Amino acid sequence: MMTVPLEIQILLAGILFLIGLVGLLVRRNIIYMLMSIELMLNSAAMVFIMGGAHWGQADGQVMFIFILTVSAAEVSVGLALILQMYHHYRTLDADSMKKLKDNKANANL
Amino acid sequence: MTKFIWLIPVLPLLSFLIIALFNRVIPRKAVAILGVGSVALSALITIIAGIRFLSSPPEGGAFTTIIYNWINAGGFSADIAFRIDALTLVFCFVITFVGALIHLYSVEFMEEDDDFARFFAYMNLFVSSMLILVLSNNLLLLYLGWEGVGLCSYLLIGFWYKDPANDYAARKAFIVTRIGDTFMIVGLFLLFVTFGTLNIDTLLHQAPLKWSSGSPVATIAALLLLGGALGKSAQLPLQTWLPDAMAGPSPVSALIHAATMVTAGVYLIARMNVLFILAPAVQLAIAMIGAATLLIAGFSALTQHDLKRVLAYSTISQIGYMFIALGVGAWSAAIFHFMIHAFFKALLFLGAGSIILLLHEEHDMHKMGGLRKKMPVVFWTFLIGGASLSALPLITAGFYSKDQILWFSLASGIGSKWLWLAGIAGALLTSLYTFRMIFLVFFGEAKTEPKHQPGLLMTIPLIVLAALSLLGGFIELPHNLGPVQLFSKLLNPLFPALNLNENGSPEWLIQLISAVIAIGGIYLAYLIFNKKSISSDIIEKSLLSHFFYQGWGFDRLYNKIFVKPLVWLSQIDKKDFVDKIYSSVARATSYSGALLSRTQSGRLRWYVMVMVGGLILLLTIMLNL
Repeated sequence: MMTVPLEIQILLAGILFLIGLVGLLVRRNIIYMLMSIELMLNSAAMVFIMGGAHWGQADGQVMFIFILTVSAAEVSVGLALILQMYHHYRTLDADSMKKLKDNKANANL
Repeated sequence: MTKFIWLIPVLPLLSFLIIALFNRVIPRKAVAILGVGSVALSALITIIAGIRFLSSPPEGGAFTTIIYNWINAGGFSADIAFRIDALTLVFCFVITFVGALIHLYSVEFMEEDDDFARFFAYMNLFVSSMLILVLSNNLLLLYLGWEGVGLCSYLLIGFWYKDPANDYAARKAFIVTRIGDTFMIVGLFLLFVTFGTLNIDTLLHQAPLKWSSGSPVATIAALLLLGGALGKSAQLPLQTWLPDAMAGPSPVSALIHAATMVTAGVYLIARMNVLFILAPAVQLAIAMIGAATLLIAGFSALTQHDLKRVLAYSTISQIGYMFIALGVGAWSAAIFHFMIHAFFKALLFLGAGSIILLLHEEHDMHKMGGLRKKMPVVFWTFLIGGASLSALPLITAGFYSKDQILWFSLASGIGSKWLWLAGIAGALLTSLYTFRMIFLVFFGEAKTEPKHQPGLLMTIPLIVLAALSLLGGFIELPHNLGPVQLFSKLLNPLFPALNLNENGSPEWLIQLISAVIAIGGIYLAYLIFNKKSISSDIIEKSLLSHFFYQGWGFDRLYNKIFVKPLVWLSQIDKKDFVDKIYSSVARATSYSGALLSRTQSGRLRWYVMVMVGGLILLLTIMLNL
């Protein structure tokens, strides 16, 4: 079986992470932002898998399962919040939510 | 019996704690039972202690019981220790017995008040502090009680705190008495520095050994203590707080501002009698202050419209009599007048309270009238109290106590005819203003209808106090009227003997004059205010009466020379250098806060950007290291 060098693997993970980060920064649609975060999480998880495979240790896969659980929880909470946001404001634009810090806007909820 | 003395002040204190801590949980009925019951039990214990005291007098005339070593440091030691002698017993009896009656009255008086529990908590705390004041065997514990009653006075004057005028009156009372208290604490320091102890017995024994009569230190110490007494007892020049203190509920006026707290100054002077004898100049000052106060307050009482303010000025004036007695060395006469005054003045305040309560909070006497038939019980008891206050001869207790003071003011070796003349003029004023009050309130045509009749809880204390105001005098008759001198026999061993002026006027003549004056005053009041054959304009409408009405302009004077300069000084002091430092610190904080709050824009992507920026920055630093 051909093994890809570790550097290439890390590079792949790094590219994936950067795509996620840029997506998070440039997109205003909150669903896309959530997806970008997922991407970043998975790229980090991927590094664990790769490290585990490289050194022949099971710890990497254990960590992956942890990250999977965390991201699943995060997505469920995030989606619920997004649903509420859409329900109240009829928009998915994250920038339009900056008023959330204002008490007056909150009072309307 | 010494085992149970400590219960006397502790019972009301316990009841205060229970009511204060659980006032939301326990029902009103329980509050009333606790509040009245604790004071009544204290009264019972006091009476039992009194009977034991009389049947088997202790050696040296006093029981002492040490409860707890309070402070013991650097050669100074103060105990929480209670001491019962005849003087304490009289004060304890008045505080607990009259106090219990007033508490009972309050149950009905405060029935509809939302803060029923708070009222009883304060009242119990007051009774407890006052008992500590009179029972303590050292001046430090006495001072604790002294401040305790001041605090309760403040809390109860401002009891209806929603009206800013009441808060103002409460603050005024607290601050003015505090001036006196400051004198007193400095006096305590002086005594401690000189004698190394504050134990009253030791002080009284050592003072004559260390100080000669009239020595400057003794005079200063006596003056400082007198300052405290003047503040608490509302004597010239610190008398201005008492009329305003009437803002509190009527039972408070009866208990604190007539029967007990305002006589704490009399107690202090009587208790420290040796010290004042060592300073004859101060003793003379006490008598002169008393004489001046009783006249000033008497004139003011004559011109008031508010029923309770008449009684307030009258209290100031009557305490003036006690000060005359103290000043001429007639100690037991002062204490006797204190006791009788507590009976009839508490009665008058409670009567006035019922009238004001049932006439829908009407305070103005000119808007009352004709209440004789409408409220017969209140009328008769009030009449008895008024007669006792104006010292109606032979039948009322007030005659016996006041006559004794008038007699001693002339006959005592250090008395003089000027003091007596002031007392006689005061007696005329007293009966004039008292019966002006009675004729205006109870006679003439009715102007306001009472809501209903006072209930049993209110009438029983009135009747008991009325009985005491009549019969209380018979325990101490003048020497030429009968051989009954129980009161002075009880108290005299405590006090230095009084030297009488041998070649004075005969006692019967003095009595006759004061009797004629009292009856003459009543008749004059009848002519002016009931028959109206003499115009009342000079009392009600003239410029002079307006001057008297405002309390001789003392308030305005103090406002001009003390309050205004102080306010002015603090106004300019607001912007001084030190304040600049603190205000600039405050400004810098709020400015930087405003700056930082700009970063909290609420934009999610901006936050992410900052995080990434921070991450890059940290990574760069770490890689370079």
